[in-house]
Amino acid sequence: MIPELGQFALILALCLAIIQAIFPLIGSLNRTPGWVALARPVAWGQFVFLLLSFSVLTHAFLVNDFSVLYVAQHGNTELPTIYKISAVWGAHEGSLLLWVLILAGWTVAVASLTRDLPEEVVARVLSVMGMISIGFLSFLLFTSNPFERLFPVPVQGGDLNPLLQDFGLAVHPPMLYMGYVGMSVAFSFAIAALIGGELDSAWARWSRPWTLVAWMFLTIGITLGSWWAYYELGWGGWWFWDPVENASFMPWLAGTALIHSLAVTEKRGAFKRWTVLLALLAFSLSLLGTFLVRSGVLTSVHSFASDPTRGLFILIFLLIVIGGSLFLYALRAPSISRGGGFANLSRESMLLGNNLLLLVITALVLLGTLAPLLYDAFQWGKISVGFPWFTSMFVIFTPPLIVLMGAAPLTRWKQQDPVALLRSLRLALGISVAAGIVVALPMSDGSVSTGLAVALSVWLLTTLLISLQQRLKHKSGVGGLLADIASRGGRSYYGMWVAHIGIAVFVIGVTVVTQFDVEKDVRMSPGQEIQLNDYLFRFDGTVNRKGPNYHAQRGTIRVFREGKEVAVLHPEKRTYLVQSRPMTEAGIDAGFMRDIYVSLGEPLDNGDWALRLYYKPFVRWIWLGGILIAIGGLLAASDPRYRMRVLARLRSSRPPADAIAAEGHA
Amino acid sequence: MPRFVRYLAPLVAFIALAGLLYKGLSLDPRHLPSPLIDKPAPAFSLPLLQQPETLISNADFKGQVTLFNVWATWCVACRQEHPLLMQLAKQGVPIYGLNYKDKRDDAKRWLQMYGNPYLANAFDAEGRTGIDWGVYGTPETFVVDKQGIIRFKHIGPLTNDSIKRDILPLLKQLQESDG
Repeated sequence: MIPELGQFALILALCLAIIQAIFPLIGSLNRTPGWVALARPVAWGQFVFLLLSFSVLTHAFLVNDFSVLYVAQHGNTELPTIYKISAVWGAHEGSLLLWVLILAGWTVAVASLTRDLPEEVVARVLSVMGMISIGFLSFLLFTSNPFERLFPVPVQGGDLNPLLQDFGLAVHPPMLYMGYVGMSVAFSFAIAALIGGELDSAWARWSRPWTLVAWMFLTIGITLGSWWAYYELGWGGWWFWDPVENASFMPWLAGTALIHSLAVTEKRGAFKRWTVLLALLAFSLSLLGTFLVRSGVLTSVHSFASDPTRGLFILIFLLIVIGGSLFLYALRAPSISRGGGFANLSRESMLLGNNLLLLVITALVLLGTLAPLLYDAFQWGKISVGFPWFTSMFVIFTPPLIVLMGAAPLTRWKQQDPVALLRSLRLALGISVAAGIVVALPMSDGSVSTGLAVALSVWLLTTLLISLQQRLKHKSGVGGLLADIASRGGRSYYGMWVAHIGIAVFVIGVTVVTQFDVEKDVRMSPGQEIQLNDYLFRFDGTVNRKGPNYHAQRGTIRVFREGKEVAVLHPEKRTYLVQSRPMTEAGIDAGFMRDIYVSLGEPLDNGDWALRLYYKPFVRWIWLGGILIAIGGLLAASDPRYRMRVLARLRSSRPPADAIAAEGHA
Repeated sequence: MPRFVRYLAPLVAFIALAGLLYKGLSLDPRHLPSPLIDKPAPAFSLPLLQQPETLISNADFKGQVTLFNVWATWCVACRQEHPLLMQLAKQGVPIYGLNYKDKRDDAKRWLQMYGNPYLANAFDAEGRTGIDWGVYGTPETFVVDKQGIIRFKHIGPLTNDSIKRDILPLLKQLQESDG
């Protein structure tokens, strides 16, 4: 009975989504306050029903209700509680349910935090979000119902994919979805603005904090995914250019372009068409990512559940949403006014340059991801686009990106005198070129690529320091800094600052770990010792261990440096009982400056094992960079100017018709 | 009007992309039988992975029912599939491998690290043989009968299900037939 409640709640949510999509929009166009006022309560209603539905599914997992097909497939009585909960989104149906729940969550967040915006704008935004919700809810109900029953009821469930029985992967999808779905807010604001024909800097200011928060979640999600791949796949790699990883990376790239473009539109009124297009693009790429993951068009480790009929459904949905919005754009774009002009050398031109670079990278990632499909469709033969392609692309496009990233904060809006710019940049230029050359010299490292990477990260760090120093020239000490952070517009700057530092940290991490990591595949017998760099590894054999739902062979490796023990590592080889799938758990001693990473290979004769030993310097910096980038996004989104005041002024000067609409709501 | 047309560019690009994706759906390799099924396996002669001086050819498969598995170290899904191949090898299923577009040292290290389920591995550095066999992406697994005819093709990593449902019954059936 309870699972049926979940399904009824889903159906009711769909009905409310339909109301939310139609009435507020029409009401906002023909000025019917009652219809406009429907938007908020209906959004809340939808959220409540989806939350109910989600709780029902979670409950079914917790009480092992195997009469529900989805639970029977992915649940198990022996699963630890945390994975019973994460199993809810461990496969297709449940992860879609999480998707729509998060969409409803963003919708009510928009509904409650936009009291100061014109009512008809909010109504249109919520209406567009309702339309997206209709698409996903009908997809869920008609092709992927998570509440389908199963008779006869099995006594035990099929268990969660062991790859997913891990903390990192338990929290990775919700974070990623927060990002994907969050991009729908910027999208909806853009569509609402296109419908209303009011694309001004107020529109940019309204969508900016939402975009920043969504982008922050996307950053966290991608960082978590990379960290998971590192410790769970047992290869010590942190990014695989897998189609599904690319699917999350493309909206991130477009989102990065969008937050910069929004900044220009808000401050200078320029780039309006471009910003709108990016807002449409960022969410379209999120949807495309969903399509790629769920349709099975591309084979990947991640496509745990794929089905072509579902693929067709999503494709039609994509055509309506993306095709429709791009058509609307084509209709409206010619009438969008040009914003403030700018000279060839100005902060605007640099941001535009970076925007274009980001889009080129996005396009190339898309091309690389779809290349196998493209070749197949045109029968050009078969190819596999692997690491080398993506890596060479990054080596070409990242350097100019970082050069501009360093220079832009020191450049004036509208017009910049080249001589003055060169004067403020020459110190940073000197230091970074010198640092690059020193590293590239034969006696230190000798590799040009390391030299270039070091020069770029030093360039980014020094320009950021100079920019900070210029900003604080007339303020004194820590007090001045804190006051500046608290000021209006201050956090936008510090958010940028922290996020750019994050990029530098990331580049350093990637460079050092690719250039200086050491790996060794060895056969070791118990008691044997092997030297790797400064570290001595001693293998103390393996013991059998029983986990809650798996058996493991657990190795013990002691690591010594200069005679002192620095770490005891326990890599494991697990066999999960239900799916009888072996998994490796790496033993990692994490550190700020280096990781020591050991994974168990195959057992050989006489208690010997094949082992893989790694020394990975600075690998943590990769994720530290990701965290800093996310903190930067949060800082920028928390800028006080997004809260109320300006908008309150707007409200008081609103024409009477809107006031009536507001009354109608109250 | 020309201005309007200019802003249609993103829409046109998207429609082209959607067309490609639609084509991709119908091309779904898991649901299209390979044209090679029930045809003689394409001939090849390649160096062995472990001993480059020795050659292996499809003639070496003859007289037994074999699995022919296409894999590479750069393929994450192969990593996921590998333990199942180890199990099959332990059960006595003869498995030959095609190491596809890989580096010899990496592949040898992989086998040393994760175990070697293969009777022998052909080393296909340029991927020519893979193309002849219609390899879409790694991993792929072919079932070749005693006469050297391809009887089945599995695309993507093998799973417990696919082994129980498709591979093992077919192997049994082919082994029992003398033809």
